[in-house]
Amino acid sequence: MSIAPAKILASLSINGSVVECAFNPNKTLLEVLREDVGLTGTKHGCEMGHCGACTVIVDDLPVLSCLTLAVESIGHEIRTIEGVARDGVLHPVQRALAESGGAQCGYCTPGIIMSAVALLEQNPAPTREDVAQGLSGNLCRCTGYTKIIEAVENASAELRSAR
Amino acid sequence: MLRLPPFEYHAATSAEEAVSLLARFGPDALPVSGGTDLYANMKQRLFTPKVLVGLRPIADLQFIAYNAVTGLALGALATLTDIADSPVVRKYYPALAQAAALISTPQLRNTGTIGGNICLDTRCNYYNQNLDWRKALNYCMKKDGDICRVAPGSPKCVAVNSSDTAPVLQAFGARVHLTSPTGTRELPIAEFFLDDGMFAWARRHDEIVTKIVIPPPAGDTRSAYRKLRLRNSFDFPILGVAAVVQLDGAGKCVAAKLVLNAVSSRPVEVSEAARALVGSALSPETIGDAADAAFRAGRPLDNTSATIPYRKRMVRVFAQRALEDAARAVPLAD
Amino acid sequence: MSDERTVGDERIVSTATNPDIDAAGFTADTKVDSILISADPHPATKPEGFSVVGKALPKTDAWSKVTGAALYADDIVLPRMLHGKLLRSTQAHARIKSVDASRAFELPGVVAVMTGADLRVKYGILPSSPDEEVLACDKVRYVGDPVAAVVADDELTAEEALELIAVEYEPLPAVMSIDAALRTDLPKLHDNPRRTNNVHKEVHLEFGDMDAGFAAAVKVFEDEFFFEGNTHAPMEQHSVVASAGADGKLTIWASTQTPHYLHRIAAQVLQMPASRIRVIAPPVGGGFGGKTEPFAHELVAAFLARKTGRPVKITLTREEVFFAHRGRHPVKMKIRTGVKSDGTITACHLQTWLDGGAYGSYGVATTYYTGALATVTYKIPAYKFDGCRVFTNKPPCGPKRGHGTTQPRFAFECHIDKIADALGLDAAEYRKRISVDANTTTVNGLRVTSCGLRECLDAAEKRSRYAEKRKMLTKGKGIGIAASAYLCGAGLAIYWNEMPHSGAIVKVDRGGGVTIYCGTSDCGQGSESMLAAIVAETLGVDVMDVSVCASDTDLTPVDLGSYSSRVTFMAGNAARQAADGVREKIAQVASEKLDVPIARIGFARRRVFDVADPAKSLSFLEAAQAAEARFGTLAAPGSYAPPRHNPDFKGSGVGPSPAYSYSVCVAEVDVDLETGEVLVERITLAHDVGRAINPDSVEGQIEGGVYMGIGEALMEESAFRGIEHKIPNLLDYKTPTSLDMPPIETIIIETNDSEGPYGAKEAGQGPLNPVIPAIANAVAHAIKGRVYATPITSDKVLRALDADGGAVLRVRRAPAHA
Repeated sequence: MSIAPAKILASLSINGSVVECAFNPNKTLLEVLREDVGLTGTKHGCEMGHCGACTVIVDDLPVLSCLTLAVESIGHEIRTIEGVARDGVLHPVQRALAESGGAQCGYCTPGIIMSAVALLEQNPAPTREDVAQGLSGNLCRCTGYTKIIEAVENASAELRSAR
Repeated sequence: MLRLPPFEYHAATSAEEAVSLLARFGPDALPVSGGTDLYANMKQRLFTPKVLVGLRPIADLQFIAYNAVTGLALGALATLTDIADSPVVRKYYPALAQAAALISTPQLRNTGTIGGNICLDTRCNYYNQNLDWRKALNYCMKKDGDICRVAPGSPKCVAVNSSDTAPVLQAFGARVHLTSPTGTRELPIAEFFLDDGMFAWARRHDEIVTKIVIPPPAGDTRSAYRKLRLRNSFDFPILGVAAVVQLDGAGKCVAAKLVLNAVSSRPVEVSEAARALVGSALSPETIGDAADAAFRAGRPLDNTSATIPYRKRMVRVFAQRALEDAARAVPLAD
Repeated sequence: MSDERTVGDERIVSTATNPDIDAAGFTADTKVDSILISADPHPATKPEGFSVVGKALPKTDAWSKVTGAALYADDIVLPRMLHGKLLRSTQAHARIKSVDASRAFELPGVVAVMTGADLRVKYGILPSSPDEEVLACDKVRYVGDPVAAVVADDELTAEEALELIAVEYEPLPAVMSIDAALRTDLPKLHDNPRRTNNVHKEVHLEFGDMDAGFAAAVKVFEDEFFFEGNTHAPMEQHSVVASAGADGKLTIWASTQTPHYLHRIAAQVLQMPASRIRVIAPPVGGGFGGKTEPFAHELVAAFLARKTGRPVKITLTREEVFFAHRGRHPVKMKIRTGVKSDGTITACHLQTWLDGGAYGSYGVATTYYTGALATVTYKIPAYKFDGCRVFTNKPPCGPKRGHGTTQPRFAFECHIDKIADALGLDAAEYRKRISVDANTTTVNGLRVTSCGLRECLDAAEKRSRYAEKRKMLTKGKGIGIAASAYLCGAGLAIYWNEMPHSGAIVKVDRGGGVTIYCGTSDCGQGSESMLAAIVAETLGVDVMDVSVCASDTDLTPVDLGSYSSRVTFMAGNAARQAADGVREKIAQVASEKLDVPIARIGFARRRVFDVADPAKSLSFLEAAQAAEARFGTLAAPGSYAPPRHNPDFKGSGVGPSPAYSYSVCVAEVDVDLETGEVLVERITLAHDVGRAINPDSVEGQIEGGVYMGIGEALMEESAFRGIEHKIPNLLDYKTPTSLDMPPIETIIIETNDSEGPYGAKEAGQGPLNPVIPAIANAVAHAIKGRVYATPITSDKVLRALDADGGAVLRVRRAPAHA
């Protein structure tokens, strides 16, 4: 075993629930979510901040879980892809992506959804350019972003009309 | 999965606590704010600190304050998103807001801080590689090796300062405030940056940057930042140009600063460009002369994306465009 | 014809066993404005008309992907699972003198180590080039070549253990370029007594009378191009979990596009019966050809899972994905074409040199592919092809979207534009004039059936207003066009056999649910949705009534895999045949119950009815239960093998396909004359897909192809410096971001291929090919100069402008004072 400093016993607030877990200080939020909490919906494509696949929302802002320590996340509200649908009802961004073919291989999709959900919470009526900006930290190799951007626009329209 | 090496983590809640922790653990300890640069570098084993002192919880350093007399004060932990979105920054220091908005991606700007951005490790594509990659090359002088792979004859490392905000802050004449266990000090940001890719900052190991202060804009001051990169997101600058000019009532340029970045281990201030601009109205001729001066001063090496001749050639174009942007900028109306 | 109104208005009868069935599941017709030319919606194969095919339905796996529920290989966690890491060569070319892993084994937490000596079996995806070892035994051939492996309780410990493995190398000169590989004074990567240099494969083919062809030419054009290598960079890093039961049965979950080939090669390398190995491909997080062959980490995990008796997971780092590679070959190309004064091609000679990297991979096929499809777009009466693939000390190249055809297509379409310019012809009109015709055979013996090339040219030209914009001559603004063709699956399997290329089984449950079992691997292209749509259409049920059980070698009949754009055509046909088998049984029973001739029985909206009088009907469930009562278990197999039309020459196996898709791209660019930056302002892409089973999915494939084409055209390159990959990470290897993409106008052309399932052809690869030359041609139009090598970087654009005297070195503009 690596000689690692002692594990930290901590409570993390994830998707509105308090989760108790123990982890080494060098574990990133990404690793703790996937390996200790069992939330494998958050993906990883580089672990270096170069792709956006691991995006989660911390205190209402999209951030990269691969470059955030789990220990730094104590006391903050963490939201992951598993917490986006409520009571089995999909978020409009999720539904729009599914219906428009915005998810092909689906690997970047959780990160894209976290960026898009945060974007629409901050800016309920984004322009197409705003959406492209909001998703500019998430690489996708399948879709050319076209259907993803359309889906976020559709979700934005739906959210506004529901208001 | 690329993982972080083991370390102890100590969260600091005040600058004083942070520096006393740094002093206590000595050079084996590193401070970390956003971590977007350091954690990535640690995953590549460019740093393997035994102790990390986390600055994130220091609430006192998370401010952006503007005052017409003292100017702009940026807490070291103000995020790049906050700076890009700040109404006062956008109004009085538009080049700084532009530069902050052009850094990396929304996610990294939400985490990355201004203090971290000026302490961004210098970059080189022989250096920013995984451990096994560097091993195959027998390393470089910046980490674990003896010679510079870019310029094998060079006595010092030539990794480039890749911060977008650094040249802008320097063009605005910012001062950096540092705290250590023995007290605080401040210095012009131009002196904070050192011309050595391995020792690129005047920060001592037990010091942290607490704030950055920019004087209030004098008269009709205008500014702009231009960034060369190969994609419209994610990328570090492979050339950055900050231009700050002050005009008098008649439109004559009375002060000017043109600062280049990503072509050297520290931002390069082109004083010859300022001389070409000051004393007459901004015209195609003076801007052209200033851009020529920038072209002579910018000496990129083969350690980023794109070729040397291309980056060199772009220095003139980007200097010209930054100055044109500044000249075109809407003057402040107070 | 069916009367949809009557059927639609009729209340769907619920049943006790399945009370929730109602019509709500049927998505209303979705208008898709991208379909320009629609094939007959009531073809002979489906007289009652389509109710699923042609509809833009959500993909069947969309729901699991938008919720994070989809489990990819790296998401799999098994009890007692170990984590593996590979030690990779730090030498580009060296003999291995010794490997000492003893210190690694002593590290607490390490459970097993493995070196090349543990598994000395040579293998290769193509039986003709078995030149790979699981872990290098005697020699390493590129920086990143796997040498040893460790499994430990956790990944960090495994990584630490790698540092403790001592490998002693005897360095050899590295061969890093095509030119170096052709030299005879450098060491050979692979022992081949027949060669004095590092040539891997040479191909020389000649068709028609070349001498007469060039003699008949009024003008002869000759050009040289270079296509830089690039890589797939799927978002998911390759991952595998392997587990061996106490009974000796080995299960491998791998992110692979080709579970069948992994199955075969795992059996061969591990020297165990294939019947004792089960390969499962979970959802694959992007492939693009990069996951189409067995990789060292997969075989290592399998070996060590057996050795330790514990499950083993190995997930590559992003850097390792760049090392695993199998990406686009760098190709140097020369083309010589003779034409008459009206542009008619009289003869064409193409030469290609491929930089193959360290191993064979699919390279023999790639070499043939650089020559095979040149003849499928334009009429060429005499054609000569010389191809040559070399070994170099770099990560091995292989198939990437467009496999081997992308590079020569770039060259050829640029060349055609130059010919058109020189002859004073419009580049679009010229292409129409020389286009191949449907139902013809090319000079190299390829059978062209349905062909929508002219329709694509017309549509793309019209929609983009090409003719008008082409006449505008504002320097810096450009518009360019290019065409291409692609396979719908290779005519031959990669290993010789006479069995089907695709198999499927359709089974109907007593509750009315339908399951299709098929060995396809869904890497995001939507193969599972395609299978569900074809089965649902054939049996007249809702797509959501169909479960797809795919890519599990224990459960599913073989499908060769998701490569060469074969799945819709081949697995689609197999699924269609299997569903037809079930349909026939149900139709027979329904025909008797309804007293209607069997030919008049139609299937739609969960009803089985008389096409002439839809009121006479049974529910699908009633009919299916009656059929089960009559015939027993209601299931049927289906198979597909492509027709054999191979001409009789060596190498004729590469190129033939049951059908070809056609694509035309129009690119509009704005070039900054001071910086050389190319802004793609708009892309119009017309694609002949035969029939769009799901137009949304077809659009998605086209948009993705356009995206990848833009990346390859402008920024993506596998760059090397010295002996190392210069940029093995996603920051420095540039892929376009959401801020780098132009609007894309897609146009779907349906030609209703007579052999495709419901007329369908491929869409996954073809649309990429014309994008790169269309952008190159647009840049040439914009700057009146040409860049002959990809990627078309700003630097190269400026150099082309300089050569033309057109670069703006200095603009002195009056600044607009506020």
